[in-house]
Amino acid sequence: MNNKKIIFPLMLLVVWQVCSFAGILPHSKIPSPLEIIIALNELMLTGLPAGSSLITHGLYSLLRVICGFLLAGVIAIPCGIIIGWSKILREVCTPVIEIIRPIPPLAWIPLAILWFGIGLKSASFIIFLGCFFPILLSTISGVLAVDSILIDAARTLGAKEKDIFIKILIPGATPSIYTGVRIGMGIGWMTLVAAEFTGVKSGYGLGYMIMIARDIQRPDLVIAGMVTIGLVGYMLDTVLRVMEARSLRWRET
Amino acid sequence: MGLEINKLNKTFYNADDHTTIVALQDVSLRVDNGEFVSIIGPSGCGKTTILRIISGLEIPTAGDLYIHEKQAEPWNHVGFVFQEYALFPWRTVSENIQFGLEMKGLTKSEKKLRSNDYIHRFGLHGFEDTYPNELSGGMRQRVAIARTLVNDPSIILMDEPFGALDSQTRGQMQKFLLDIWRQSNKTILFVTHNIDEAVFLSQKVIGISKRPGSVQLSLNIDLPYPRDVTSDEFNRYRKEIIDFLNKQNIEQNG
Repeated sequence: MNNKKIIFPLMLLVVWQVCSFAGILPHSKIPSPLEIIIALNELMLTGLPAGSSLITHGLYSLLRVICGFLLAGVIAIPCGIIIGWSKILREVCTPVIEIIRPIPPLAWIPLAILWFGIGLKSASFIIFLGCFFPILLSTISGVLAVDSILIDAARTLGAKEKDIFIKILIPGATPSIYTGVRIGMGIGWMTLVAAEFTGVKSGYGLGYMIMIARDIQRPDLVIAGMVTIGLVGYMLDTVLRVMEARSLRWRET
Repeated sequence: MGLEINKLNKTFYNADDHTTIVALQDVSLRVDNGEFVSIIGPSGCGKTTILRIISGLEIPTAGDLYIHEKQAEPWNHVGFVFQEYALFPWRTVSENIQFGLEMKGLTKSEKKLRSNDYIHRFGLHGFEDTYPNELSGGMRQRVAIARTLVNDPSIILMDEPFGALDSQTRGQMQKFLLDIWRQSNKTILFVTHNIDEAVFLSQKVIGISKRPGSVQLSLNIDLPYPRDVTSDEFNRYRKEIIDFLNKQNIEQNG
């Protein structure tokens, strides 16, 4: 099984390398895999601009994503549970949510810059918007999916409203919350780079780095940056998947 | 005296199409302390609604409910066992059993002491840290019964608790329940649609009519325990209940 996972990407890389080598792909537009590896190495050692290594850019990006993501989680999960629980709130909030939700997070960038200026705050705000709605909506649907008989059972065992919230609704909605958290993190990470294209002045961040690579006409560095984004995104999802599997052991048979 | 309900009425209102459904009409019944009473009736007759009202999950439209001669808070006296087990899937067997004790604010060691007692008596030893979805139906229902009994309610309401079990497990669980009942002397109100089960288990069978449900039959089963399901007397009681249910269906269709 592991072989299958590796063979196809490997074949793709080999074909790509061969095409580059044979001159089918123009080097100036599409660098070969080997050139990208060399570019990654250059980004690690020298950095772009010189002195700002790939690691530093990556950490800045991660900081922005984690700030926005955590803020989204801390607000969206409790809100989702309360909205899921209260029919009236649900009816009141749904139209508002449904109107704000389709606005792409990137469309908020001008407003974010006006509100927070250019920097960590506005980048995190954009990430926050990207993460917020998937987490909110899956928390709501998770609460709605909690079997009402479990609430009845808890009541007959003496549970008060507070106990039902903490001991029934939250654990019952957790599988769905995790789905939302993973989708939210994915969207947040995707949004980040675009947010960094416009909303960064500190001189760090993977999106910012890619913009410099474009300015100096280095597609190999651009792609190296893209590859890094992909790998870090995969890593973040893996961390969440492991956490999910740990805390949802009860779901397995 | 254990439990008495007097002229209970329940009407459900459907907000979507503005219709009302009369689920129960003037239902009165009493169950003495330590008595095992079954409620039988066609599906949709409101059997479950009666239990839900007694347990406080539903509020009656009219009528009175007395538990130990008081119009009391039901939670302290009444336990409920559901057909679908209603175990908390994210809690282990012992965490499920301890839920009610947790609500009472017992200390960790008290909870452990009391739940361990039931874990042993209910043959759940070795499964303390198992999650419900890894258990068989029979075991799940034993956990559910333990979770109710560990709170020491004087009245236990059971809503078709063995309805989802295969017939062999069901038979075992019926004997298991009778053992518990005879040891603990709890009052049990048991809803079923299985005639054999009602006759096998209970001292009294109450028949409820089609909707709107009302009490149409009250039959004392004067047979010693353990009961022989193949005996003539057993069959006479069965026939009486079958006749009652047939009459309900004919009245409904005609």
